[in-house]
Amino acid sequence: MLRYIYGEELFQYPKLRDTMFRDRARQFHERLGWDVTVDDRGEERDEYDAMNPLYVIWQRADGSHGGSMRFLPTTAPCMVNDHFTHLTDGVTISHPLIWECTRFCLAPEAEGRVAAGLMLGGAELGQGFHLSDAVGVFDARMVRIYGRLGWAPTVLGTSGTGRDAVSVGLWEMSERTRLAMARKAGLSPALSRHWFDRAFGRVSDVREAVSA
Amino acid sequence: MAAVLEQFIEGLQQASTLDDVQASVFGLRELYDVEHVVYHSVNATGGQYAALTYSDAWVGRYVSEEYERIDPVVVGCYQRFHPVDWRRLDWSGKVSRDFMGEAQDAGVGNQGYTVPIRGPSGQFALFTVSHNATDAKWTRFTEAHTRDLILAAHYLNQKALEIENGDSAKSPTRALSPRERDALTLLALGYSRAQAAESLEISEHTLRVYIEGARYKLGAMNTTHAVALALAQGRLVF
Repeated sequence: MLRYIYGEELFQYPKLRDTMFRDRARQFHERLGWDVTVDDRGEERDEYDAMNPLYVIWQRADGSHGGSMRFLPTTAPCMVNDHFTHLTDGVTISHPLIWECTRFCLAPEAEGRVAAGLMLGGAELGQGFHLSDAVGVFDARMVRIYGRLGWAPTVLGTSGTGRDAVSVGLWEMSERTRLAMARKAGLSPALSRHWFDRAFGRVSDVREAVSA
Repeated sequence: MAAVLEQFIEGLQQASTLDDVQASVFGLRELYDVEHVVYHSVNATGGQYAALTYSDAWVGRYVSEEYERIDPVVVGCYQRFHPVDWRRLDWSGKVSRDFMGEAQDAGVGNQGYTVPIRGPSGQFALFTVSHNATDAKWTRFTEAHTRDLILAAHYLNQKALEIENGDSAKSPTRALSPRERDALTLLALGYSRAQAAESLEISEHTLRVYIEGARYKLGAMNTTHAVALALAQGRLVF
């Protein structure tokens, strides 16, 4: 299932939290060899994890991490503007309707639908919060996977080669994409919306009950 | 819809004091024909600024009772960044219900939509529109206006910060890059978006994001206005 959790709430899901930061170390440090910081517990964290980001996490039935990504608003400090403007023609991307998505991570041996499920989570944020786009920093080789899922980013720039290659790209948000990602993930759009509502509250008529 | 936002931003452009910002907030209430508009900012050192249409009595009561500690809107939005329809918050506890009852008596309204804003350097603000409306009517209102409300919130925040900090303190993220200047210049020269994208060798998607970003950085209400502002500030080179 998809969970949407702010950094300050992660303590409520210790297993999910610990396995996520461990899987991030495996992916970004061990597999990709990126210059990231891994602590003595084998967990990868950076300064943006301390900024109360919003995580979209695929939680497995046993409560562990299946895949995740991390969102921050681009109107406040974020990775793409702090570190990657050399890939965006020097343009800082700062807009109320654009959020940054980083640390797209899949657990080792994640089921095929997890990647699509995470993309669905991103699309769900887009529709639920009226975003126009997401700007992402990602392993350049992921472009093929995003493309296969039917939601390829517009790549703004890439640096490095092979497993060191990092790209910045834009994903355009739309309801059509949300439905397409749900199909790819084999999940009903209604179930996906249910997970979103569970995290952010269901629209209820409690307010009229209050005045009654 | 967009016309309302443009009118608001146009007024905001002229604002040079916090009193002007307060007037803009009252103006926005008129433009949307809602009960109240509230903007409240807290900077990293705890300094606060508010521009709002609530009655002085309600503000006094709220402050003296320290309702920010129990207000589900503040509790649900503080240090977060996703916009919130008040109907999604938890009003089930007695403390929340009593608070809401009092707020309604003070004319706040039974519906609300709040945009949390995370600004530069640890600044944080909440922007709220509240109203008396049935659920069906409020759903229609938010569906029609949410994007504009989010933009209005951020333009307002940007202006308030600019006034508070002085022009010299403008965040470096608000400076246009040469690439954004080029994009605006081509549009000013009459290029279509497709032509501009082609001559900059970027996609139309990228061009749209660059142009919208430039508009936001300049505090401009539309692209024509952004071009004019950039020209006036000597940022365009022909």
